[in-house]
Amino acid sequence: MLQQRWLPYLLLAPAILFLMLVLALPIVQAVLLSFQSPGGSFGLESFRRMVIDIHFQGAVRNTFLLTALVVPLQVTLAIAIALLVNTRLPGTATFLYVCAIPLGISDLAAGLVWLSIFSERGYLNTILHAIGLIDRPVPYLSYEHPAWLFASVVLAEVWRATAIVMVILVAGLQLIPRDYLETADVFGAGGWTKLRMVILPLLKPSIQAALIIRTILAFQVFAVVLALTGRIIPVLAGESYFWYALYRNAHVASAYAVVIMALSATLTGFYLRLLRVREEQMG
Amino acid sequence: MTRKALRPFVLYLLMAVIGAWVLAPLVLITLATFTPQLELYRWPKAFLPSRFSGETLAFFLTTEGVLRATFMSLLVGILTIGLAMAIGAPAGYATARFSFRGKDAFRLAILLTRMFPVAILAIPLAVSFIKVGLYDTPLGVAIAHTALALPIVILITTSVFLGVPKDLEEAAITLGCTRLQAFLKIVLPLALPGLAAAAMFTFVLSWNEVFAATILTVRNRTLPALVVYLLGLSPLNFRFAGGFFMVVPALVVMFMIRRYLTHLWGITIR
Repeated sequence: MLQQRWLPYLLLAPAILFLMLVLALPIVQAVLLSFQSPGGSFGLESFRRMVIDIHFQGAVRNTFLLTALVVPLQVTLAIAIALLVNTRLPGTATFLYVCAIPLGISDLAAGLVWLSIFSERGYLNTILHAIGLIDRPVPYLSYEHPAWLFASVVLAEVWRATAIVMVILVAGLQLIPRDYLETADVFGAGGWTKLRMVILPLLKPSIQAALIIRTILAFQVFAVVLALTGRIIPVLAGESYFWYALYRNAHVASAYAVVIMALSATLTGFYLRLLRVREEQMG
Repeated sequence: MTRKALRPFVLYLLMAVIGAWVLAPLVLITLATFTPQLELYRWPKAFLPSRFSGETLAFFLTTEGVLRATFMSLLVGILTIGLAMAIGAPAGYATARFSFRGKDAFRLAILLTRMFPVAILAIPLAVSFIKVGLYDTPLGVAIAHTALALPIVILITTSVFLGVPKDLEEAAITLGCTRLQAFLKIVLPLALPGLAAAAMFTFVLSWNEVFAATILTVRNRTLPALVVYLLGLSPLNFRFAGGFFMVVPALVVMFMIRRYLTHLWGITIR
């Protein structure tokens, strides 16, 4: 049928056109903007201003450190949740739903939720006082306690964004044929052996996909950090925001965005090469 | 007890601990929101408020700009649903039903679009939107949100249409329906609940989006953009109530589409 041949392209056309205009074009523009100075001349001026800014080094270090702390915790917790869901005990559906709740919570809201715990009159101090561990409130979210500041951001991020990893892994686990596990049972494999020798190797593509998506998102961490620490912990996306909204400089803001994109692309390439993920599993 | 009998007990205990880890912060922000303002700043602070009070929430809602920003968020969300479904659902249908040259390339391109940080979109969009008069408008923000939501909408609608048996559609065509009639009379009614879930998920994405909304608005801020703007200027109780107020609608929507959550993701990944 002739109709069959052009119909799919016709149906795809709006999406392709839209993504070209609102996704591909802006990316090119962002790169152009970052290589321009506010005066309009091309060069490395914006990158130079970005690099010599007092917040730059901290932003790079903090973004990397947060990613390195948050992503492994999320993947570990998500594997545990996925395995629990996969036991299919009565009530696991409810458990799955509860664990998926943070999918609907924004990074900003998550930051504010954890602010109610870590602020000076927050619930952590309330509880510690109630059980007699402290007399006076501890100011966790202040310059004097960088470790606590970091911990609060890590906890909020693990709380909020483990769900996306978990959902990918649960779906991946369901693809493992039941007979593989039954066969393992027949051969007398215990729970731990089964996990190490059967489940985890078969789950590898999903774990890799989840790793890539979460790492890329972790490089964009913004509102959680802003809500909990203000600018005490600068991060790359936050600096991009400040340069645009506060200093009205779209060029340096774009330079930060380009750095985030370059890091994401490098890491994705690295993961893909190293782990060989099939792209259809990257849902 | 033997080890085997102990197993479900340990598993349920683990589930309870993880469930509590997810739910406890939500309980705490709710408590903070309904604690009378004076008690919120008292030391030692009681865990439970002496009485439930709506004053913090009322303070938040009557702060200048909050109701307007809420309206903006709703408007942007609805516009995003319209745009994303109108553009994304046909693409989802095409990838679910047809095999055509370039299909793999298209799917890969869709996946790659998820790699781009929102910062790299928002800033050039702001620069372009100023030129074409879309800056600081709900439509402008909705366009940015559509760009972010579109890959997910296409993946989800693909799985929704895959869930409608192809045979039914073919039978209708064999029995004399045109392709369009078969789609409208057979496929659409069956796909409708899934499409509605996709639309609601799109709304949550838009309602929750912070970065692009803060960059693209100045006077017509969405709720998250306003809260970010006021973060350093507002008292704690404002921020707690803001967090609570932003979480609740998202939770309601997530509850409504809970049946679809894993289903949607599950099939997408296959």
